[in-house]
Amino acid sequence: MNTLNAVLLLALLGGLFGLALSYAAKVYEVPVDQREERISEILPGANCGGCGFAGCGGCAAAIVSGRAPVSSCVPGGNATAVKVAEIMGVEAEIQELKVAFVRCAGGSTGQKYDYDGVKDCLAATLVGSAKGFQLCEQGCLGYGSCVEACKFNAIHIIDGVARVDSDACTGCGQCAAACPKKLIDLIPYGVAVSIPCSGCDKGAATKKLCGSGCIGCALCEKSCGHGAVRVIDNHAVIDYTKCVSCGVCAEKCPRSLITLDARFIK
Amino acid sequence: MLTKLISISLSAILVENFIFSKFLGICPFLGVSKKMDTALCMGLAVTFVMTLASAVCWGVNLLLVRLELAYMQTLAFILVIASLVQFVELFLRKKSPALYRSLGIYLPLITTNCAVLGVVLLNVQESYGFLESVVYGITGGLGFLLAITLFSGVRERLDYSAEVPECFEGFPIALITAGLIALAFMGFSGLKMV
Repeated sequence: MNTLNAVLLLALLGGLFGLALSYAAKVYEVPVDQREERISEILPGANCGGCGFAGCGGCAAAIVSGRAPVSSCVPGGNATAVKVAEIMGVEAEIQELKVAFVRCAGGSTGQKYDYDGVKDCLAATLVGSAKGFQLCEQGCLGYGSCVEACKFNAIHIIDGVARVDSDACTGCGQCAAACPKKLIDLIPYGVAVSIPCSGCDKGAATKKLCGSGCIGCALCEKSCGHGAVRVIDNHAVIDYTKCVSCGVCAEKCPRSLITLDARFIK
Repeated sequence: MLTKLISISLSAILVENFIFSKFLGICPFLGVSKKMDTALCMGLAVTFVMTLASAVCWGVNLLLVRLELAYMQTLAFILVIASLVQFVELFLRKKSPALYRSLGIYLPLITTNCAVLGVVLLNVQESYGFLESVVYGITGGLGFLLAITLFSGVRERLDYSAEVPECFEGFPIALITAGLIALAFMGFSGLKMV
């Protein structure tokens, strides 16, 4: 008898609470667009902010409500865009894959003053001349504000300079936004040549300031058969819409500055 | 009566704090204490559930004793607590989606927060009346709130300014900190209400 009582009581309590909860669920119902949930599942979930919305949830909501295109997620790339487009019932446009690139190779010959403040790039650019402590005023400070900003573990400080692991990089652009020296650019993935310098000093001055910087000799500009390299502001800049990844400029560079990725030479 | 209620409150908040003296509810205490504002919200949610659970479980216990089913207490109480947590979850998702997201998995985990079950079982053990049960529930929750807020404050500071040796970073230093705060709370054990 006692056992029966116990069973009955528990069943009664459970049923009672169940009813109360189902009533509460009706009262506090939150209408959720099924598509939003499904898109949230597809998005990488890193909450990197590369799309410009507050996290992946915000991006999914924006896509569903039509405020953002289906290809909003940069880290997810084309694969994600295609899946999202499928849910939304539209066609995804294929975007070019981009990766971050640090326009500094390090090699500054010294420092203007001993910096002993907070070990952070932004803090370091707030003191003195507001250009940082490196002799080269365009150079990477190496305190890794970009490393902190990266949600994908794709950028690291190696020998005092930020370096991007282009295979891990998703091109979300958060490091570029974090860099107070504006050293980080987004370049197409899979190009053979890149020029890690953004120094604006004249050739002779650059030689004194930096062991590796571009001296603006324009040998690369002359050697390029496609007009893709130009010396602007005393340093060479590649126009990736014209570059064919032949690697000739890298061979000609007297400073061996132009980096050549052998995997992508054509 | 009033003295007894004050005595219960003081004991629940300071002397026999659920975290630092009874070591109940350690999981959310360590899990949600990284940021002060989420810790605060977690504390409030737990306080809310503890208070309601104390009140409802008092009635349920009365029923159980009447039917001579006192041995079913734990099971019945867990049922009550689980339902209450479900309700809090529904409520928060509607009224404060931001808080709902920041509490994340720890919100449904209040179900398994042993401090909540602890408070209702202790109510039975001490044979508290309805008012005493509710007061013990509220103040037990406030004790939890105090503990997790204090702790999150210390953890925020540890994150930003202290130079913690590498091998102690993260959880190890958090556990050491929790131990030190618990030691400090032992100072309250001299507090006696007549």
